[in-house]
Amino acid sequence: MAGLALPGHPWTGWPGMRRLRRNPVSLAAVGTLAALVLIAALAPWIMPFGPDDTDPTAALFGPCWPHWFGTDVYGRDQFSRIIYAARVDLAVPLAATSAALAVGSFIGMISGYRGGWLDMLVMRAVDAVLAFPALVLAMGLAAALGSGTGNLILVIAITQVPTYLRLMRGEVLRAREMEYAEAALTVGNPTRRILFVHLLPNCIPPLIVQATLATGFALLTMATLSFLGLGIQPPASEWGEMTAEGASQMVTGEWWLFLFPGLAIMLAVLSFNLIGDALRDILDPRMRGVR
Amino acid sequence: MSLLEIEDLVIHFHTEDGTVQAVDGVSLNVEAGEIVGLVGESGSGKSVTGVAILGLIRPPGHVVRGAVRFEGHDILRMPEAEQRTYRGRRIALVPQSPRTSLNPVIPVGQQIARLIRLHERASRAAAARRAIALMEQVGIPDAGGKARQYPHQLSGGTCQRIMVAMALSSAPRLLIADEPTTGLDVSIAARILDLLRDVCVQTGSAIILITHDLGVVAETCDRVAVMHAGQLAEVAPVRSLFRHPAHPYTRALVAAIPRIDADVALTPIPGAVPPLLHPPPGCRYADRCDLVSARCRQSRPELLAIGPGHAAACFAVAHARASAA
Amino acid sequence: MPVPALLEVEDLAKHFPLKRFGGAGGGVRAVDGVSLTIDAGETLGLIGESGCGKSTLGRCILRVIEPSRGAIRLAGVDLCALDRSGLRAMRKQVQMVFQDSAAALNPRMTVRRMVEEPLLLHEELGRAERRERAEAVLEHVGLGLELADRYPHELSGGQRQRANIARAIVTQPRLVVLDEPTSALDVSLRSRVILLLERLRAELDLAYLFISHDIATVKYLAGRIAVMYLGVIVEHGDAAQVIGDPRHPYTRALISAVPVPDPDRRRSRFVLRGEPPGASAVVQGCRLRGRCPLAAPICAQPVALREVAPRHFVACHFA
Repeated sequence: MAGLALPGHPWTGWPGMRRLRRNPVSLAAVGTLAALVLIAALAPWIMPFGPDDTDPTAALFGPCWPHWFGTDVYGRDQFSRIIYAARVDLAVPLAATSAALAVGSFIGMISGYRGGWLDMLVMRAVDAVLAFPALVLAMGLAAALGSGTGNLILVIAITQVPTYLRLMRGEVLRAREMEYAEAALTVGNPTRRILFVHLLPNCIPPLIVQATLATGFALLTMATLSFLGLGIQPPASEWGEMTAEGASQMVTGEWWLFLFPGLAIMLAVLSFNLIGDALRDILDPRMRGVR
Repeated sequence: MSLLEIEDLVIHFHTEDGTVQAVDGVSLNVEAGEIVGLVGESGSGKSVTGVAILGLIRPPGHVVRGAVRFEGHDILRMPEAEQRTYRGRRIALVPQSPRTSLNPVIPVGQQIARLIRLHERASRAAAARRAIALMEQVGIPDAGGKARQYPHQLSGGTCQRIMVAMALSSAPRLLIADEPTTGLDVSIAARILDLLRDVCVQTGSAIILITHDLGVVAETCDRVAVMHAGQLAEVAPVRSLFRHPAHPYTRALVAAIPRIDADVALTPIPGAVPPLLHPPPGCRYADRCDLVSARCRQSRPELLAIGPGHAAACFAVAHARASAA
Repeated sequence: MPVPALLEVEDLAKHFPLKRFGGAGGGVRAVDGVSLTIDAGETLGLIGESGCGKSTLGRCILRVIEPSRGAIRLAGVDLCALDRSGLRAMRKQVQMVFQDSAAALNPRMTVRRMVEEPLLLHEELGRAERRERAEAVLEHVGLGLELADRYPHELSGGQRQRANIARAIVTQPRLVVLDEPTSALDVSLRSRVILLLERLRAELDLAYLFISHDIATVKYLAGRIAVMYLGVIVEHGDAAQVIGDPRHPYTRALISAVPVPDPDRRRSRFVLRGEPPGASAVVQGCRLRGRCPLAAPICAQPVALREVAPRHFVACHFA
């Protein structure tokens, strides 16, 4: 009832981290990702096998010792390959998402604040890009640009930019009507300071949540592209590509070639999603303040 | 037996940071047909008290002790189903911020009609007719046309009248108006107060007017209860309150408001409302009071009669009266 | 040689066009030809009810909103003719205090940073000096230094409003536009802020444009009062005169509607019919015509402000 609501706290500083710590599921997700990143980074030093070390005598072994995840038709240790693949499979989505976030929010901020012709043009361009389903767009761009890590990052980033653009534009449209934005003007701030010093910090939180969730989707996009042969090319290790290889081996019964890369993808995407959900819970009700 | 008897009401709210002792032993009677003003600043507990009368204190708030007897029946001890026969029917609320209290996607006439059909058996057509009649009763011109409009198309004053109409739809014996004029322009607010007074005269229902504006109280109410930090400071007929304010808080309040009828200096009330999380024992006005004594900080003063219908909860006042006698 | 007024507003108007398909747009004449002056160190109260355009007028003076026509001169300089850098420099001289103290403060900035920002923008000061001046201002408005590093949501309503005021005066402006600064405050806070504003005005030789619908507060602070209705000023004069002896029917209705904390004083109410017309209504002649009990055919003629008593101006045929 009006008058009985108790004040909410906007997310300033890091009080939200307290909440994160209290949620065991998201904590597990953060832990998983952190472990994965760490192992992937240290892979050359701690992995018993290299990703490209072939060993014809050990071909198509199921999970055993010392090949925990078995080997493929060339005798490559699957566990090592999966860990090495994590380097690409985590770096590319993170890089693509960061790039998309930066570009999308920049354009969205200016577009939302200025309005007028610029805004209209930008929004029509965004509408055009969003008319394509993300995966179809990614496939088309990947086919056009060719394979390679750099191109992959570019392709995934392009599919994500419209989302951040729209989100940021929406937030800026809301924030610029607030009195503190007006006050920033009356105090004498030039436009760039109003945008970057005043509006940006207040508008970015929903985009952070979106970015965390989108990283998972970026990973899936990348894995799908590689599965279809458009992304990372063999013999480089990549979860999607490994899953494709494994799928073709399914009929002969080597289930481990398909299962473990798939599980890796699932685990990573799940972790991103859980972190994103937790972030949303922390940021949203506090951002909106009192009901 | 009074129409409404609030007896020693204590309400606490449990929050992350501790227990907020919002209402601390409030006792008040309201007779049929009178307008009682419940005055206080924000945090005084006046809104919470009003809501408690309707039995609407929900977790994290709960009523620690006390009774709210309406026509002799204790609302707080009733089961929910029985409370609902009183809520909105015998006791009605006119809430703050009328625009946000109305459903934005339903025409206002329909909202009143739905309410009518909720409380009594009536056909759609009959309810619609009564809704328009109610709108005319509260002074909305072109009621038929306005009934088809949405809240955002109507002015703040009209929305407030709609809320009053909704409250009146069940012919309540008691109306609780929670800050009915806050946010409204001066002239519109004056008309809403006129409306409330007319309603009281025409229907004989009593009104509890919750407000922070002493001017509103002076013009509209028969009796006044002044609250501070969850405690009742003073209860008096309106003339006695303004002519002979007894409680130091009341006096300070009167001295702190700018007025257009006199050229007096403004004296702000010293100090600040004490935190309700860990309120001091004793009188909660002690830290701001110019008549404070050691006793005030230790024990709570009771409401003591100091005149006909006039009571104040202050040791100093009681003492002065005792020595004068 | 008379000293020129600090602020001169001449025939200011702001028209918000409403786009309509095919044909004349029409629109909202939020401000429709307002002229006023404020001398250095004086307080002009601007009263009126919601929709009268007083907030728009305040924002036009600060050029937060661009006026459709008219001139605004601050110490002789035409504000409307300034380019962007000139405008930003002007902002040092004219500041604003907003109504919603919570919304007017950036939720992610500490009080200190916020109060230092105007100094950062307008003055060439070293970091330490800036800090000192900000702290001095904070103490001046009664905000303890322990609050300087807090965020707005950690402050009470009264503290937030003081922070707003501190931000507005830190560059030592000559004019401060206050848009309903006390309306959201409690009684006990309101009187404190009123006294604070008065003290600051005297100590820092500020001029105020005090916009409010709370007439009692305005009466307390203002030397002169102007009354606005539907975009025009209908009456202005010394505060005591406008409130004690209102001549325009709208002012009379407004003053008589203000509740007075004295139950014996049942004022005779001067009542206007109906409600103010929609903002986009086109009006010929006196804007109060549809509601005024004194209305007569002559009211269809445009009516200008004329002096009915020394320094007391009214726009009414019958005043």
